Amino acid sequence: MSRRYLTIWFCHLTTDQLAIRKPELKGKPFVLAAAERGRMVVKACSAVATAKGIEPGMVVADTRAILPDVEVLEDNPLRAEKLLRALAEWCLRYTPVVAIDLPDGLILDISGCAHLWGGEALYLEEIQTRLQSAGYKVRAAVADTVGASWAISRFGQINPIILPGAHTDAILQLPPAALRLESGVLARLRKLGLYCIANFINMPRTALRRRFGTDLLTRLDQALGTAPEQIDPVQPVVPFQERLPCLEPIRTATGIEIALRRLLESLCQRLFREGKGLRKSLFRGYRIDGQVQQIEIGTNQPVRNIEHLFKLFQLKISTIRPALGIELFLLEAPVVEDLSVQQESLWAATNQEHTAIAGLLDRIAGRYGAATIHRYLPDEHHWPERSIREASCLQEKSAIAWPDDQPRPVCLLPIPERIQVTSPIPDYPPMLFIYKGQIHKIRKADGPERIEREWWIEQGLVRDYYRVEDEQGARYWVFRSGRYDDDKSEWFIHGFFA
Amino acid sequence: MEEAANKKEMIKKLQQDILAMQGFRAVLDHNRRDTGLGSLEHAFPNQTFPVAAVHEFISSTVAEAAATTGFMAGLMGHLMQQNSTCLWVGTGRQLFPPGLKAFGLDPDRIIFVDLQWDRDVLWTVEEALKCENLTVVVAELEEINLTESRRLQLAVEKSRVTGFLHRRNPRKIDNIACVSRWQITPVASSLQYGLPGVGYPCWNVDLQKVRNGKPGKWQLQWAAGHFKHAIPVKVETQKNFIPQAV
Repeated sequence: MSRRYLTIWFCHLTTDQLAIRKPELKGKPFVLAAAERGRMVVKACSAVATAKGIEPGMVVADTRAILPDVEVLEDNPLRAEKLLRALAEWCLRYTPVVAIDLPDGLILDISGCAHLWGGEALYLEEIQTRLQSAGYKVRAAVADTVGASWAISRFGQINPIILPGAHTDAILQLPPAALRLESGVLARLRKLGLYCIANFINMPRTALRRRFGTDLLTRLDQALGTAPEQIDPVQPVVPFQERLPCLEPIRTATGIEIALRRLLESLCQRLFREGKGLRKSLFRGYRIDGQVQQIEIGTNQPVRNIEHLFKLFQLKISTIRPALGIELFLLEAPVVEDLSVQQESLWAATNQEHTAIAGLLDRIAGRYGAATIHRYLPDEHHWPERSIREASCLQEKSAIAWPDDQPRPVCLLPIPERIQVTSPIPDYPPMLFIYKGQIHKIRKADGPERIEREWWIEQGLVRDYYRVEDEQGARYWVFRSGRYDDDKSEWFIHGFFA
Repeated sequence: MEEAANKKEMIKKLQQDILAMQGFRAVLDHNRRDTGLGSLEHAFPNQTFPVAAVHEFISSTVAEAAATTGFMAGLMGHLMQQNSTCLWVGTGRQLFPPGLKAFGLDPDRIIFVDLQWDRDVLWTVEEALKCENLTVVVAELEEINLTESRRLQLAVEKSRVTGFLHRRNPRKIDNIACVSRWQITPVASSLQYGLPGVGYPCWNVDLQKVRNGKPGKWQLQWAAGHFKHAIPVKVETQKNFIPQAV
């Protein structure tokens, strides 16, 4: 597929932004200046100032001579980049790949995006009107290469949209400056009377390299599309992304659901073609007021089932605040995993059970968080608190069997609670114990089962566990922490047997 | 004489029809699951432990809760076939998975969902009961009202999943749409005279309500992987109990 690029040139980027922020500056000549070698040098000038003949690079004193009432403001060197980055993020609604082009431009990779707005002409017009109504004077152009679209946006006179394949002809009549060259090279070209690209494009490459350096050739090749040019997107490109612009802003939950379903259909189709299933997905809504609303889901295994994903999102749709309306929906899958067709059919035949249960768990995790779901496997520790570990997934099997040689209670207190006991004979279970103010007289007892503390993990006292039954028939798991003759020995209740 | 026999048969048939209309399907012998409850099953309609239904268990103390958990685990161990999965939903869970192994239940086949509020538990249980691939869903909660329990009942009628509602220390015991209500209390285990130690887990099983069945009281114990009717043993020699070490 041939690529299409759109370049936006902000003719007065920083000054336009200042005028937007301070409306009293609008329509007035003002310049932004910064100290350079002990002089104040103009860095940017407003549209009115430019019309009067003021240019960046002039000394402020000279501008005062041209225009006595010019207003001089402090320039912030980082402002342009910060502003461009914000504008680039705003432009993400038009295409996922937006790069900033310092000092005053943006490059958009619009391959496969323009048809969503009804063609390149409408697409370009939409972007231009939106930016212009915000207060920026912009020029934009569309072409097959970044270089050509850059040239047309800065110097093009006729048509901003260069049809596929026509970019070579389009740049022929432009000045060499349209090739993004250094000023030294430009001066040399002008000196030799090469005023437009057509003058030197057919010259032997060796001659051009000798006289003007390799930079000219690279820039020329980039503009013609024979050399590759990488752009650096402001946001990493998510390979699985679908977008849906809306003609009218969407404000209702039903509308959002329809949009979500359409996006899911196209995303799942793509996932199916490429043999993938998603593990994590984001659904974003760009509101007219510039805010972005988003909801996120995760799944326990790769999924590309529309119904299932829709259900997961549906639980969260109510958290989207459409305010005045959402104009663009975006669905992306930042985390995908292989899910082959065979695997899917295999699942359906033998492991359908797991798929259905995983679906249920996804819904629970979507509503209450994945931290609420636990599954346990035996661990090779005797210490009761460490005798189980959490399973990482639904299918994980343990290498060791559940131990059943020693009695274990069905209910275990998270922290053992201290009890008062009467225990007459060393190493014998107590006669009675008091737990929560109630006296339990022990009628039967089993034990002790000594569990040593795992010294390689922590230091402490040993535990002697007894299984005891009180006169009501209730069975408890109590232990003495430390040896009987030890002063520090204490009794605890740790669990309840059935 | 013949007429009387006919009448009897007809009444039996009609009763079966009524049960079928109420959602109790007559179970064929080959896919009947053994719950190991033995003669206790006569208390249920069709003499079968109702599988596609919600059972309510009530416990008021921690010891009773442990006994109830053990009893439920014993039932689940029988109900769950190889590789089937169970969901255990609740608030403030104290269950210790290794303890279930003794009741014939592999703890790794249970998926625990630990939530904060009863209403979250109810939502999760309802969703889980709709999932036909689960065998048993256990819910531990305090309060549930008739409407909420009715929703659960409707869910199991479709999916044929068994639901256990374990109500720990409920404030009010009112009528809810469950097929049965159980109360399990621990009783002293019985040992042969002279043997030291604690015997098999032993419970008073009080089936307080059962739809279309006969409520009753039994004493069961869990021995060697099965429910057994406990022989009530007289309290022996416990007055001058001397702790015995093993």
